[in-house]
Amino acid sequence: MTDQQINSETRLRLYRLMRECRELEQRAYDLFMQNLVKGTSHLGLGQEAVAAGFGAAMNADDYTFCTYRGHNHTLVRGVAMDAILGELMGRECGLMRGKGGSMHLTSVEHGVMGSYAIIGAHLPVAAGAAWSAQYRGTQQVAVCFFGDGTTNIGAFHEALNFAVIWNLPVIFVCENNKYMEYTPIEAVTAVANPAADRASAYSLDPILIDGNDVELVYRTASEAIARARAGKGPSLIEAQTYRHGGHSRADPGKYRPDEEVAAWKARDPLDAHRAKLVEAGVDEETIDLIDAQVMSAIDEATETAKASPPPPREIAYIDVWADGGVEWRC
Amino acid sequence: MAQMNMIQAINSALDVMLERDQNVVVMGQDVGYFGGVFRCTDGLQARHGEHRVLDSPISEGGIVATAIGMGVNGLRPVAEIQFADYIYPGFDQIASELARIRYRSDATFTAPVTIRSPCGGGIRGGQTHSQSPEGIFAHVSGIKTVMPSNPYDAKGLLISAIESNDPVVFFEPKRIYNGPFDGDPEKPAQSWASHAKGEVPEDYYSLPLDQAEVIKEGDEITIVTYGTLVHVALATAELLGVNAEVIDVRTLMPLDVMTLQKSVEKTGRCLVAHEATRFCGYGAELVASIQQACFWHLEAPIERVTGWDTPYPHAFEWSYFPGQKRMAAGIRRVMEAG
Repeated sequence: MTDQQINSETRLRLYRLMRECRELEQRAYDLFMQNLVKGTSHLGLGQEAVAAGFGAAMNADDYTFCTYRGHNHTLVRGVAMDAILGELMGRECGLMRGKGGSMHLTSVEHGVMGSYAIIGAHLPVAAGAAWSAQYRGTQQVAVCFFGDGTTNIGAFHEALNFAVIWNLPVIFVCENNKYMEYTPIEAVTAVANPAADRASAYSLDPILIDGNDVELVYRTASEAIARARAGKGPSLIEAQTYRHGGHSRADPGKYRPDEEVAAWKARDPLDAHRAKLVEAGVDEETIDLIDAQVMSAIDEATETAKASPPPPREIAYIDVWADGGVEWRC
Repeated sequence: MAQMNMIQAINSALDVMLERDQNVVVMGQDVGYFGGVFRCTDGLQARHGEHRVLDSPISEGGIVATAIGMGVNGLRPVAEIQFADYIYPGFDQIASELARIRYRSDATFTAPVTIRSPCGGGIRGGQTHSQSPEGIFAHVSGIKTVMPSNPYDAKGLLISAIESNDPVVFFEPKRIYNGPFDGDPEKPAQSWASHAKGEVPEDYYSLPLDQAEVIKEGDEITIVTYGTLVHVALATAELLGVNAEVIDVRTLMPLDVMTLQKSVEKTGRCLVAHEATRFCGYGAELVASIQQACFWHLEAPIERVTGWDTPYPHAFEWSYFPGQKRMAAGIRRVMEAG
C-alpha cells in the first residue's frame, strides 16, 4: 500500500484519533493533579500513533486486547470519553462502574476485550479469542498491544507459538518505547529489537516500523489485518515509539537522558502528521477545527464524569460468580 | 446404566457434552490423538474432530489463557492440565485473569472455562506428581473448585462444571481413577465394577455444584472429607465399629455448610480429613465454618487428619498419606475428648 492510497478522510481521521488520545490523557493527568482521579495511571502520551493507526484499520467487530497503558487503545475503538474518564474517577458513569479502574478498561460492545495489568497475560488470551473467531467462522481478527518489557516473559513466547501452530487471525503489536518500567529494555534483553528479532524463532517475518508515523502504522496494520482475515495467520509487529512521561503517575522519568527525551519529543507523532496534512494541502483551519471539536468533547465528557455520582456500594458485592456475590459464600 | 470407572465416566461426560453443545471444545497436552496420559480423552478426537479436541504444546499458562480467550467469545473450553502439579504456571492466568474477568468488567465479559486436572498421591509419583493444591484454588474468589470421589459424581459434576457460567477447577484424585482405595496399599487393587457409584448412566445428567453428599449416615461422629479419603474414612469407621456420618464435600467452593451443620448438630463431634498439607489447608476453612455454625453443639474440639506439612516424600508415601491408622487415631481423639 502506497502513501497515495490513504485517502484524505482517513488521514484526517488518524489525526482526530491521535488528538483525542492526546487530549484525553492530558485531561486524565490534570484530573489526577486535582485529586479527582485516585491511585495511579499509566499514560501513553507520545505513543498515540500506534493505537490510532490500528484503530482506524480495524473493523468494529474485531477484538483488541491491551495493557494497563490502555486508554488510547480503548478510545480508538469508539468507547465514549465520559465512560473512560468516569472509570478513572470511580464514578457510576464509568465503563465498568468503577469495578476495574484505569488499568482494566473493558468494553465488549466495542470489541475491547479488556486491559491487562499482568505483563504478558493477554497475549495467549488474544490467541484464544482469535481461535474462537476461526472456530466460529467469523472474519474477526484479534489485535493485541503490549510493551517491550513483555517480550522477555514466557507468555509472549507461548502465545506466539500457539498463534503460529494454529494459524490464528491474531496480530501482536509491540510498542517499544525503550523502557520497561524504569530500566532500558536493551539492558536486559538478548537481542537489539526485542520483538522483531524474535520473530524468526516462530517462523514469522520480522516487522520493525516507526511507531510515530501514523500512516505507516495504519498501512502496516491494514496489511497484517488483511492477511489474518484471509486465513494467512498471525503477525508480530514492533513499533518503535517513546513515552513522553514516566512509567506511571508517580514517575517523572528522570532516568532518561534529556537529549533523548528532547529528540523524541521533536518527533511527536501529532506534530509530524499535522505537518504532513498541511503539506498535502489541508488548510490549517480544518485542522484547528478538529482540535477545537476534540477539546470541546473532552470538556463535556469531563463535566459529565464529574457530575456522575459514585457507584452504588451494592455492586461491589455482586458478579464475583455468575450466580452470586460474596454473601453467597455464607 | 453402565458400569464405569472414573476415567470412563469423565470420558463419557466430555463425549456427551461435545455431542450436545458445539460450543464445547477440549484442549490440553496429549489429549487429542493420544487420548490423554490417563486416557480420559481417549477416542474423543476421532469422534469429534481435530478442530474440537486439540493438542496443545506443554504450555500450561498458554493453555489456560487460550481457554480464557475462547471462553470470552461464548465457547466452553475444557482444558486438561496433565497433573495438578503442573498447574502452577497457569495459576497466574487462573487467579489474576480467569477468576476476575467477570467482576472487573461489571459482568460484561465472562469465561466459562473448565480446567480438569488429576491430583493426589498414592501412585508413587513423588513430590511433583502427587500434590493436592485444591485449597489454593478454593481460596480464589470467582472460581469454583470441585473434587469428585467416585465415577457417578465425576460425570455428573463435570457436566455441571462445563455448563456452569463460572470458571471451574475440577480435580480428579488419580489414585481412585480405577477403583476405590481404602488406604491400605498392601491389599489387591479394588475396581469400580462392583461399587454402587460405579453405576453411571451413559446419557446426560448433572449434579448440583453446591451440595455435599452424606455418603453414610451415623450419629456418633461426623467425618467431613473429599476425594480419595472418603473411602479411607468409610473403611476406618467400619473397622473401629464407630457409627460415623461420612460427608463428601464434593464442591469445595461453593461449600455446602448447611449439610455439614445439620450433621454436626446431630453428632456433636467432627473430624475433618484431607490428603493435602495441613497448614492453611482447606480443612482449616472447614473447621472454621463448622465451629462457627455448630459451636454450642460441639462436645469435643474438631480434629484434622491431613498430609504432612512436607513435600510428598517418595520413600515414605504411605506415611504421608493419611491412611486408616491416622484416620483411626483422629477418630479416637474426637471420640475420647470432652
